Amino acid sequence: MDPLQFVTTARVAIVAGKGGVGKTTVTAVLARAAIRRGLRVLAVELDGKPALGNLLPGVEVQQLSATAALAEYLDTHGLSRVTKRLASRGIIDVVATASPGIDDIVVLGKIKQLERSGLYDLVIVDGPAAGHAITFLLAAKSLLASVRSGPINSQASEVLAMLSDPSRCQVVLVTLPETTPVNEAVETAYALEERVGVHLGPVVVNSVDAGEPLDVEAAPAESPMRLAAEFRNARRALHGTECARLAEELALPQLHLPTVPGSGLSAGSIDSLADEWPAP
Amino acid sequence: MARPVSANDNDNANDDDDGVTTLAEHIASAEVLVCCGSGGVGKTTSAAALGMHAALLGRRAVVVTIDPAKRLADALGVPGGLSNEPTKLDVPGEGELWALMLDTATTFDGLVRAHAADPEQAERILANGFYRNVAGSLSGTQEYMAAERLHALHNDERFDLVIVDTPPTRNALDFLDAPGTITKFIDHPLFKLLMMPTRRGMKVLNVAAQPILRTIGKVVGGDVLADAVAFFQAFGGMETGFRRRADEVMALLHSDVTRFVLVASPRADTIEEACYFANRLAASDLEVAAVVVNRCTPTFGEPPPRRPRTPAAVALYTNLVELRTNAATEREQAAALLVATGIPHGTHTTWVQTLPGDVHTLEALSTIRSILFD
Repeated sequence: MDPLQFVTTARVAIVAGKGGVGKTTVTAVLARAAIRRGLRVLAVELDGKPALGNLLPGVEVQQLSATAALAEYLDTHGLSRVTKRLASRGIIDVVATASPGIDDIVVLGKIKQLERSGLYDLVIVDGPAAGHAITFLLAAKSLLASVRSGPINSQASEVLAMLSDPSRCQVVLVTLPETTPVNEAVETAYALEERVGVHLGPVVVNSVDAGEPLDVEAAPAESPMRLAAEFRNARRALHGTECARLAEELALPQLHLPTVPGSGLSAGSIDSLADEWPAP
Repeated sequence: MARPVSANDNDNANDDDDGVTTLAEHIASAEVLVCCGSGGVGKTTSAAALGMHAALLGRRAVVVTIDPAKRLADALGVPGGLSNEPTKLDVPGEGELWALMLDTATTFDGLVRAHAADPEQAERILANGFYRNVAGSLSGTQEYMAAERLHALHNDERFDLVIVDTPPTRNALDFLDAPGTITKFIDHPLFKLLMMPTRRGMKVLNVAAQPILRTIGKVVGGDVLADAVAFFQAFGGMETGFRRRADEVMALLHSDVTRFVLVASPRADTIEEACYFANRLAASDLEVAAVVVNRCTPTFGEPPPRRPRTPAAVALYTNLVELRTNAATEREQAAALLVATGIPHGTHTTWVQTLPGDVHTLEALSTIRSILFD
């Protein structure tokens, strides 16, 4: 069975998770694995420093900035004269503050456009950082409640239609095999399904140390070999327990990625991580 | 649970013969410590461990966190969670450790009440829909309120050290900018437009009828915009108080009682993020006092000189060598990155080895404290 089958059932995959769990890594590995299956892939990164380009040589990467998307949106909706009179940045702030979520909607609107373009089999989005994923995806619903008509309303309805259709869009949650990250992933999963109504794809557990327990008795107590083995066993046991608990609390398929030693991620390490999910 | 033994492979508190001020010395002398770094590097845990050490040194410390995941509360083992008011924690030492979770909106409301000319003005602002959005979601508000709160706590006689755990965003240090940025909306073009003496003698109240605003209203909805206009009008007269307060906060952050600690992990992206903050500080003529690198692979002493013979022992040998190699590679790459990306040479750096489990009890936190300082 292809481990990636759950990721490719929809055309848009939004990768979400708390800061530090490795969203960008997972986005890059999924993109690489999908390309190996012959899919036409677009990787999308939102505001922040560009990282995917270096990790995915030869892959089309697009950066979407909320501010730029909103400016473009306002421009095409008859506000170009205004932006000349006031600093465009200022206007964007007022508009974004006046209706929170409007910047998210224009970004999601762009993603929807890319999905509809027919140019890609998979649009994979390195989602917003920290706890912003829920508000980001909830933007369509909240705006529909506050803006009853006009272009923003229709934009929000179209985005909501995409988000709630499992054949068009799904969210791939990323977590680590540790207690707090697993708790947060479970909370986020329920919030996304219940409040946003978005379909959840597989959960990716990043940095898993898997393996059989070492026989600590084979070295004398307190010796470096013994202590190192105890540490490794404790970590593997924790990772095993947490993956099992995640499976128990979330009925979603799990994909695992191993720990990568060293401090840096490179195109090479993304390539070898993609080997973990070989095409059938 | 197994614990790394060679916890002290740090250039830590005890080896400061080169004139570098250590993290421990900063904790003994600072009045404000600001911890910055990206998400997922154990920033909140570090802030709490620093506070724990301060209490051991006999200081009365308060830790301010903004983390919505309530992780500090987890780490401190506070049963009911943390609130916007300081809670005293049960930690060892002559001193005290308090903690609170910043509620941005409540703090902002307090500021509005303090600066309003009368209660009516305050209520008019607090009830305004646009204000609620500013207080709840305008980018920068959280950071500004954190700075405001640290100023208030610094003046609070109960505490002699305030430790701030900044939000895990790039703009976490935006409050270091000129007060113009702090009070972003005061310097807002729309605010200026509304407050400007108008050319054709137009009354401020009629300003909403201006073509620009009508056009914006068509796109985002008229009500929404009317709220914004009402907010900026209601705010009139309060900007002087807000600005003065912002100046005081700035002066505190730039004074030598305030120190900045960068928190990272050995991963390249978190170090780059830390260096972004270092450059951000440098741009405001401030410097990094110390760096903490969490989640390092532990080392466990030398492997035996001869490779063992039994398969079980060989597995242990291989594991030890593998962990040591990983730790060395990681440390070397991380140290090189710190220098390459702009952390000044000689900045006191503490390498904190990862624990096999999560840090969510006072006991685990105490272990982190001793790895940092003992």
